[in-house]
Amino acid sequence: MLPKKITDSELSIVLIFSAVVLTMPIWLAPIGAGYPDLLQKFAIFGLFAIGYNILFGMTGYLSFGHAAFLGVGSYAAVWSFKLLTMNVLPAVVFGVLFSGLFAFLIGYVSLRRSGIYFSILTLAFAQMSYNLAYSVLTPITNGETGLQLTNHDPRIIDTMLLDQAPEGLPSTVLFGVKMSGYPGFYFCALILILGFFIALRISRSPFGLVLKGIKSNQTRMKFTGFNTRPYMITAFVISGMYAGLAGSLMAVTDPLAGAERMQWTASGEVVLMTILGGVGTLIGPVLGAGLIKYFENIFSAFNDKALHELFAFLPDGLENFVVTVVSPFVGEGWHLTLGVLFMIIIIFLPGGIIQGMEKINNRFFKRSSSAKSGSNES
Amino acid sequence: MSLDNTVLHIADVHKSFGGLHALSDIDLSVKEGTTHAIIGPNGAGKSTLLNVCIGRLIPDRGAVIFDGEELTGKSPHEINQAGVARVFQTPEIFTELNVLDNVIVPILSKRDGSYRFNPMKSLKQRRGAYDEAMHLIEDVGLNPKDMSGSLSRGDKRRLELAMCLSQHPRLLLLDEPTAGMSRHDTNSTIDLLKKIKERGMTKVVIEHDMHVVFSLADRISVLAEGRIIADGTPEEVKNSAVVQEAYLGG
Repeated sequence: MLPKKITDSELSIVLIFSAVVLTMPIWLAPIGAGYPDLLQKFAIFGLFAIGYNILFGMTGYLSFGHAAFLGVGSYAAVWSFKLLTMNVLPAVVFGVLFSGLFAFLIGYVSLRRSGIYFSILTLAFAQMSYNLAYSVLTPITNGETGLQLTNHDPRIIDTMLLDQAPEGLPSTVLFGVKMSGYPGFYFCALILILGFFIALRISRSPFGLVLKGIKSNQTRMKFTGFNTRPYMITAFVISGMYAGLAGSLMAVTDPLAGAERMQWTASGEVVLMTILGGVGTLIGPVLGAGLIKYFENIFSAFNDKALHELFAFLPDGLENFVVTVVSPFVGEGWHLTLGVLFMIIIIFLPGGIIQGMEKINNRFFKRSSSAKSGSNES
Repeated sequence: MSLDNTVLHIADVHKSFGGLHALSDIDLSVKEGTTHAIIGPNGAGKSTLLNVCIGRLIPDRGAVIFDGEELTGKSPHEINQAGVARVFQTPEIFTELNVLDNVIVPILSKRDGSYRFNPMKSLKQRRGAYDEAMHLIEDVGLNPKDMSGSLSRGDKRRLELAMCLSQHPRLLLLDEPTAGMSRHDTNSTIDLLKKIKERGMTKVVIEHDMHVVFSLADRISVLAEGRIIADGTPEEVKNSAVVQEAYLGG
């Protein structure tokens, strides 16, 4: 379904967002985050968080099971690489379809309840999927080893189209372009932009307004003539499809799927991303995802040696003291930094980073503009 | 609708909560285009009766028939789609949305039905819905950009009334629509409700304020301890000895 008309404001938002995303390799380089592997993670988890926000941010239903859809998307994509072709497009399509189907089944049951009961049901389903991936579903998931490519995979379409099989394990491709490094990032970035645009349209559509109404007062929605359950199931499925898309992109950039992607900690991570960035906002979850992935990759790479180099300008005694104080917060302790940051944001900015940015905007820019208008009047 | 112009017929409705008979043998007919007030002391069963009408409660026996169609057992959204809207005793609005969106939501329900998947359609393309909402908001004297959660109780009531009116219901149920309002706001609400009457909308009003009741009602039913003890024109009810004794205090 294509939009009949894109408004000017929507076009501006998408163009600005696209420019920011596509130039990430340039402006993230000075802070050490401009390499493809991390950029791909920014795009993939940004997409995951945007989709999660369609459920949590717009309807208020807190799912603790979205990692299950991430896992299903990854498995579906890897199976597409194994059975059909190394082209990423079918893999992405299958990832979205299977996760959507899975989300419908889980959503149909879980959405019989709301509040904490809904959250527990989704958590139970995700953990069940995680454990099944290690037990009865090992023919599909390959258990603890994870689902990987092998030289014996049939790859029916590739075999038909190519005269001879490539030596060694093939790479994922998009019409001949290998999906590793920067091409992989740009493919993920384009999908992120598309996902952002769809989320923007949803939030400004009548359907989106109904979801916000459900979040605000579901009882009133029922007495206003809305059958809220199909709306909730639709939002859950869309959100699950986003997660599946993110999972399939993980397989695109690294054709391997493991059950750990379905663990509850992965579901919890997307909740943190959304809350950290700003629940219910469009850009907040992307910022939250970026921040968490940055901490995970950059702060975790710091060790005592790096810290000594960083604080080498200080006198020796002070340098040692600072390194001793800071070291528990980096390296393996990066979760501590993230935890402290999360607590500070939740306590002082319940609306996340976006609320912080709004406060700064109100304090400095609006004040200066009002001061300017005041001086004009005088 | 039946031949005698009855749009709502509550037939032999009974509702108990444990040992408490909240409603007993309620028989009530409301004629199309009229305003029917239900009065009675606290705990008489007035709100319970409205809850039965909109599907929030299922009666132990009896039926609610609207426009020839039985509503008993139907879900609230089906009852609303059939043309019944309600203003609640405690305002039920969307506190996280602004006033304009609060009124657009019920318009969407009226236009699109109980479910419609249109995620790629822009709200701005719904120009008609926007204009209609703005007109109604102006009627009730609110600012469309205000966040509804920060409105006063009286303004919330007026907003809820605008939300219900935006659906052009055939039957509007009002549970104390002027509670918490100043005398000035009460009078403007009475004027607004009189204006609706000119459009032919049927209303059932629960109200404690006798000024409102006698300003609006074409017919009044008096409830006491879950039973209708009197039913008639405002003049008949005013002069009824039973009512004087049970409710108006002699």
